Amino acid sequence: MSSILIIVFGPLLAAIIAGLGNRAIGNVPAKILTTGALFLSCALSWPIFLSFVAGTAEASVVPVLKWVQSGTLTFDWALRVDTLTAIMLVVITSVSALVHLYSWGYMDEDPDQPRFFAYLSLFTFAMLMLVTADNLVQMFFGWEGVGLASYLLIGFWFKKPSACAAAIKAFVVNRVGDLGFMLGIFGTYLVFQTTSIPEILAAAPGMAGSTIGFLGMRLDTMTVLCLLLFIGAMGKSAQLGLHTWLPDAMEGPTPVSALIHAATMVTAGVFMVCRLSPMFQTSDTAMMVVTYVGAATCFFAATIGTTQWDIKRVIAYSTCSQLGYMFFAAGVGAYGAAMFHLFTHAFFKALLFLGAGSVIHAMHHEQDMRYYGALRKQIPLTFWVMMAGTLAITGVGVMGVFGFAGFYSKDAILEAAFASGSEHGQLAFFLGVVAALLTSFYSWRLMFLTFWGQPRWADSEHIQHAVHGHHEDLDEEASHSEHNSHAHHGGDDGTAGYHPHESPWVMLLPLLILSVGAVFAGYVFIHAFIEDAGFWKGAIFYNEHLMHAMHEVPLWVKLSPGVVMLAGLLIAWNSYIRNPKLPAAFVAQFRQLHAFLYNKWYFDELYNFLFVRPAFWLGRVLWKQGDIGIIDRFGPNGAAWAVAQGSRYAQKVQSGYLYSYALVMLLGLVAAVSWVMVR
Amino acid sequence: MTGFPILSVMLLVPLVAGLICLVVEAKTARALALAATLVDFILGIVLWANFDIGGAQWQFVEKVPLFAGFSWALGIDGIALMLIILSVFLMPICIGASWNSITKRVGEYMAAFLLMETLMIGVFAAQDLYLFYIFFEAGLIPMYLIIGIWGGDNRIYASYKFFLYTLLGSVLMLIAMLWMVNEAGTTDIPTLMAYDFPPGAQTWLWLAFFASFAVKMPMWPVHTWLPDAHVQAPTAGSVILAGVLLKMGGYGFIRFSLPMFPEASAQFAWLIFVLSMVAVIYTSLVALVQADMKKLIAYSSIAHMGIVTVGLFAFNTQGLEGAMIVMLSHGLVAGALFLCVGIIYDRLHTREIDRYGGLSINMPKYALFFMLFTMASIGLPGTSGFVGEFLSLAGIYQVSSLVTAVSATGIILGAAYMLYLYRRVAFGDQRNADAAAMPDIDLREWAMLLSLAFAVLWMGIYPESFLAPMRKDVAALDARLARAAPEGDAQLKMGSAQKPAQHAEIAAPEGGAH
Repeated sequence: MSSILIIVFGPLLAAIIAGLGNRAIGNVPAKILTTGALFLSCALSWPIFLSFVAGTAEASVVPVLKWVQSGTLTFDWALRVDTLTAIMLVVITSVSALVHLYSWGYMDEDPDQPRFFAYLSLFTFAMLMLVTADNLVQMFFGWEGVGLASYLLIGFWFKKPSACAAAIKAFVVNRVGDLGFMLGIFGTYLVFQTTSIPEILAAAPGMAGSTIGFLGMRLDTMTVLCLLLFIGAMGKSAQLGLHTWLPDAMEGPTPVSALIHAATMVTAGVFMVCRLSPMFQTSDTAMMVVTYVGAATCFFAATIGTTQWDIKRVIAYSTCSQLGYMFFAAGVGAYGAAMFHLFTHAFFKALLFLGAGSVIHAMHHEQDMRYYGALRKQIPLTFWVMMAGTLAITGVGVMGVFGFAGFYSKDAILEAAFASGSEHGQLAFFLGVVAALLTSFYSWRLMFLTFWGQPRWADSEHIQHAVHGHHEDLDEEASHSEHNSHAHHGGDDGTAGYHPHESPWVMLLPLLILSVGAVFAGYVFIHAFIEDAGFWKGAIFYNEHLMHAMHEVPLWVKLSPGVVMLAGLLIAWNSYIRNPKLPAAFVAQFRQLHAFLYNKWYFDELYNFLFVRPAFWLGRVLWKQGDIGIIDRFGPNGAAWAVAQGSRYAQKVQSGYLYSYALVMLLGLVAAVSWVMVR
Repeated sequence: MTGFPILSVMLLVPLVAGLICLVVEAKTARALALAATLVDFILGIVLWANFDIGGAQWQFVEKVPLFAGFSWALGIDGIALMLIILSVFLMPICIGASWNSITKRVGEYMAAFLLMETLMIGVFAAQDLYLFYIFFEAGLIPMYLIIGIWGGDNRIYASYKFFLYTLLGSVLMLIAMLWMVNEAGTTDIPTLMAYDFPPGAQTWLWLAFFASFAVKMPMWPVHTWLPDAHVQAPTAGSVILAGVLLKMGGYGFIRFSLPMFPEASAQFAWLIFVLSMVAVIYTSLVALVQADMKKLIAYSSIAHMGIVTVGLFAFNTQGLEGAMIVMLSHGLVAGALFLCVGIIYDRLHTREIDRYGGLSINMPKYALFFMLFTMASIGLPGTSGFVGEFLSLAGIYQVSSLVTAVSATGIILGAAYMLYLYRRVAFGDQRNADAAAMPDIDLREWAMLLSLAFAVLWMGIYPESFLAPMRKDVAALDARLARAAPEGDAQLKMGSAQKPAQHAEIAAPEGGAH
């Protein structure tokens, strides 16, 4: 099992060489090195995963290096491989390898390619450290490591102010979650005297019902620990309240959005809850909170997704919403379903993002869907892979015959939520169904606006640039998605004479491979993930009873996701194909509702008002009034004033002070020595 | 190495070299200073290599009685060893940092630095109370000179402030020392560390020492000398001030206040906690609005020292070891950050953040190092900053979850002010033509930053090298403190057939993080 060492440390090595070598080793060697390392990792990961699917592999731990030993608090570097890790290994290395390849085409004109590829590989390393962690602290290492990589990649075009702001926001908001995670680790160590995950999980049931003091309150031990850790998960997985960084993270290059902000990093929170499932299972309250947060996010993000114009932002909110599904699945105890959705979502969401990247590439960096339209014929391959992604995310399928990936995983989640029988499970089910309707609507809205209808390219500034041959220098990429003023010229057909071009093969090939995943991942793996306790081998808490009850739900429950999916499709078709004036009329009628959704429920404004501005204001007050106005005024300056009043001869403070200081010291020593001698 | 007075030699080498520096010309003085600090660094490595982990508590002991019980007594334990290593590691870097930027009175400058090295090692190696006092107080004289002569425009005010703060503390500490020697009948520090002072007296003695150490640390609200001193000091002065001089306060707590007055330490732990919590939040917020790079990093130092003090007064192994690692880590990281500021200051002669911008474009190597040290400063796992902060906070959590939760907000605020700084200096467009024209780091600067980067990563990935020598000493201190250790607020109670927590309560931990 030492192949895991190559899987994990290969990308790190590639990242170091490409990053430090940077321009010295050149674009192509850096790209070959990092992409090669990832394809190697990927090739080594699939056999591990398949051996778990086949039931022949056993969980193992490869020790690497001692890390910290402080009293009884010890933790080491080690790589753990079990079923849960194996799933994450294939998801991470496959998507990462494909994104590396895709970036050859997408980042082709960028002057800073070695740095980009080094960051991508560095991210992959950190993510792999996270999922192979055998103790909570190494998980935290990976956790913050992916945060760093995410920060660097969001801010990759660092000349652009919005990218820098988004990068800082992502890091700081994640740190809020990390604070919870860290407190959770401290509490876990306090209670269990270990940070080893297997030992904690083994001891967790014994702690059920115990109480602990926390912030002056007396609370249920496991509830406190689980919720603290869950705050970490909320930050990383952009759940309601700590989600504000994810849409802004779209400032990063599109391949980054696909890899980090869709397929892998943002699912770390779900992974953590599943990894610690026996622990969460000991606290009903924690499970309820997880369910509510997940269900609320799933609904709220979907509502915002219906109003956005930026193609990447629609997909970003969609990601946020899908993560909500995974959390409430975990919350009702269907960890297998949560991981299954994580698995299928990785493929179709990465596909949708990379497909969107291909559209953006074709449209000369225009991201606003208002300036798309009729691209079906222009970029047919991109169209078809986006179609596969849309069919997968909306969950198209026929029961018992075949379905696209999301059909299996989303239905499993909704059925599990209903079957759980709890009040919060029921609520999650209804919110999940409503969100499925919204998902179908915004997904088809995206498709119709982009690929159907008339061309509306003429008003796009980016297209204008392209047509009029304003050849921007390469740096300009940074400021691309900034401004969309309405320049009114161009051809009558709305194309302004622009001809979108299909992406190169290095970009299309990863899209095709991912669409295979989006089409078949559900059909092929549903049995292992949902129905086979032997597959999991205790890597997650497997609820036999719930898995059974899932199959017993009423027919209307089983049918409802399909019905709402069709309803969403119909509404989108009616609004954007049959009667394109309808959305504007709707917006005019419900202006406030639309503004509320379009402005993302005003979370950014609220947080600015509550946290950001007060922090700066308080900092200024404490500095000017506190340090200078009070402490200095009555401290040293006051003393100086008193001294100056007292002695008119002290003109030369600068030499006087040193002598007086030395004198005091000397006198003190003389006193000390004479004291000792006299005694 | 028995018999060879290595500690005395380490004190003597820079002292002699410093005296010679006074009389030779600038070029020779530089070379000599570098050679002397490197020799001391090598001696430090020898010291480390020969330190017997798990052996006697005090090693390399030298004792020459001078008069009246006052003696030349040196000796180190693991804690002192690590701080000496930190000092001798940073000194050659300081000399390197001053290589081109100091042009006037070079001989005297080098002499001041070398004298300071002698005195710093002396502080950590002294085993006689009065000897410690001499080193402790005299060590600041070269610092005054460095700020006062080679400092910025407002250097007089800065040194004056420094003086006023320090004076009060040291007078009180000296009086306390006199009383202690009279009571215990010895000036021997190891003996005093095991001496049980009457609890009533401990209170006053603790406060007297606290007055001195709190200023050195510095703790809120006696911190205002630090930003001014840093801003006015030349780069190397800032490096050594942040790197080593601030550690003397923490060393004082761990060597004197805790082992000598355990009861009083427990009694005043609340005071330390309150001041530290205020320091973490207050100075972090102040750091957020600074326009001067050095001031920003100076304020961040105060916040980090808050984590040290809560760790020290957690009365357990993790807290003590964590505090020590934060001190070592901060010595490296803050030193490195001041060096980073110095590097661009040498080129543009301003510390104003807004005068820079987009340095990643013309100084990519510099930007990489700056990023690494920024991340180390905000405690990214894998760097030294994380190990210290994590252990320290894990230690205090066992005493009070409230203190931990408040102090840990430093990780959020720290990320905010450091990334905001980095964004304005290294990211963004090249707003200023002169900043855009600055050349990337040269070989000298590269060597200095690389050695610091190496140390930061080593301590982050394999801190065992640094923890192992201290383990036994921390355990001994922990054992001595055990009788006064406070009870934690967690008080885990095993459940009977009790119901899981009520719904109303779950809002609390969640709300706390928003």
